Amino acid sequence: MPVEYPKETPSQTAGPFVHIGTMPTVAGFRGLEPELGQAIAGPACPGQRIGVSGRVLDATGAPVRDLLFEIWQADPNGIYNHPEDPRVRDISQDFNGFGRVAADFDDGAIRFETVKPGPVPGRDARMQAPHLNVFLLARGINVGLSTRLYFGDEDNAGDPLLALIDPPHRRETLVMAADGTAYSFTIRLQGARETVFLDF
Amino acid sequence: MSAPYIPRDRRWHPPAHTPDYKTSVTRSPRLPLLSVEQSLSEITGPTFGHTALGPRDADLIHNFTGAPAIGERILVHGRVTDENLRPVAGALLEVWQANAAGRYRHVNDGYLAPLDPNFSGCGRCLTGADGSYTLRTIKPGAYPFRNHGNSWRMAHIHFSIFGAGLAQRLVTQMYFEGDPLRDQDPIAQTLPDPAALDRLVAPLDLNASIPLDSLAYRFDITLRGRRQTPFENRPEGA
Ligand SMILES: [Fe+3]
Repeated sequence: MPVEYPKETPSQTAGPFVHIGTMPTVAGFRGLEPELGQAIAGPACPGQRIGVSGRVLDATGAPVRDLLFEIWQADPNGIYNHPEDPRVRDISQDFNGFGRVAADFDDGAIRFETVKPGPVPGRDARMQAPHLNVFLLARGINVGLSTRLYFGDEDNAGDPLLALIDPPHRRETLVMAADGTAYSFTIRLQGARETVFLDF
Repeated sequence: MSAPYIPRDRRWHPPAHTPDYKTSVTRSPRLPLLSVEQSLSEITGPTFGHTALGPRDADLIHNFTGAPAIGERILVHGRVTDENLRPVAGALLEVWQANAAGRYRHVNDGYLAPLDPNFSGCGRCLTGADGSYTLRTIKPGAYPFRNHGNSWRMAHIHFSIFGAGLAQRLVTQMYFEGDPLRDQDPIAQTLPDPAALDRLVAPLDLNASIPLDSLAYRFDITLRGRRQTPFENRPEGA
């Protein structure tokens, strides 16, 4: 018999009312203050300011309008605001790294502003191209979905995670289109151009 | 130097595609998840200090208007540990729930049951050094939802948990011992193993109740543990 460990608590969907516990003003009332994840990078944070917009589509092509979209990213120098990042002492001022956005209830639009992250070290000293880590919660999603968003105007050729994606044409599902300092994405939960989701 | 997290056992969690829970049909990826090794991107994650929380955030009975919410007064308490039985200290727990009548305070909830003017249904807390937490609330009511002809959610409290890193992120629901709706709740039934659902059912904990005030339920949470073998995550050239 193998050694038994206690098993992880199993996941359940966040349901359509996730905003109550995470962003109550979106649910329609003032509750928890401050609401968390409202500024990934404050005004005093150095680096390139960018705007990101996109939508998450279901199998029918309809936007997921009850979605909660979470972002975790490194600062402009590729440092995470976390004690286990060996460079955390040098984290940019006024930088948090965590963001939360609710999809628009009418059209599903997701919009946020941040600073562009720098490249971050991967395993075995291989650098990873700049990216946003994202986590998706919604009704009908039984286990929150993890993926990444890369930047279309960066050199993503050497990124070790993108290199794992086979067939290679699916890599583009993780790369945002760039238009100056505005980036846009479409995440498809299912269908012909289904986004690559991660298990780590 | 950071040890990676033990891989998640995906067979224990609900599959993405669970046709009896109809919304999952169009919102479930059908291609395999890409299995990737953890880097700093997955081992780090947001952390929160006490300054981020309000003084009454953990008291859902009083945290909306100050006047007490209507319903069966309860404590929900437990410990957050990892698969190696180590306490997870400083973990942020966020909860949301329907009121005693089964109605959510949310612009998109149209259930005919009434709102309670003194209940918002949201709360949060951080675990202590030993991983423990306590919330005060009222027992939520069951509510119907559009799934099959006559589908109801068993009483539940939604939990969002941030552990030490992104790999420990977990969102789940707590149920109550003895709920008669357990076997027909389409969301609870997305779990393939009844033993997994048992883990979400909080037993009554009479010893933790407050005499003449509140009953108590115990809900322990297990997050992913870390492997024993560390690896180094160094910038190139360092
Ligand atoms: Fe619910």
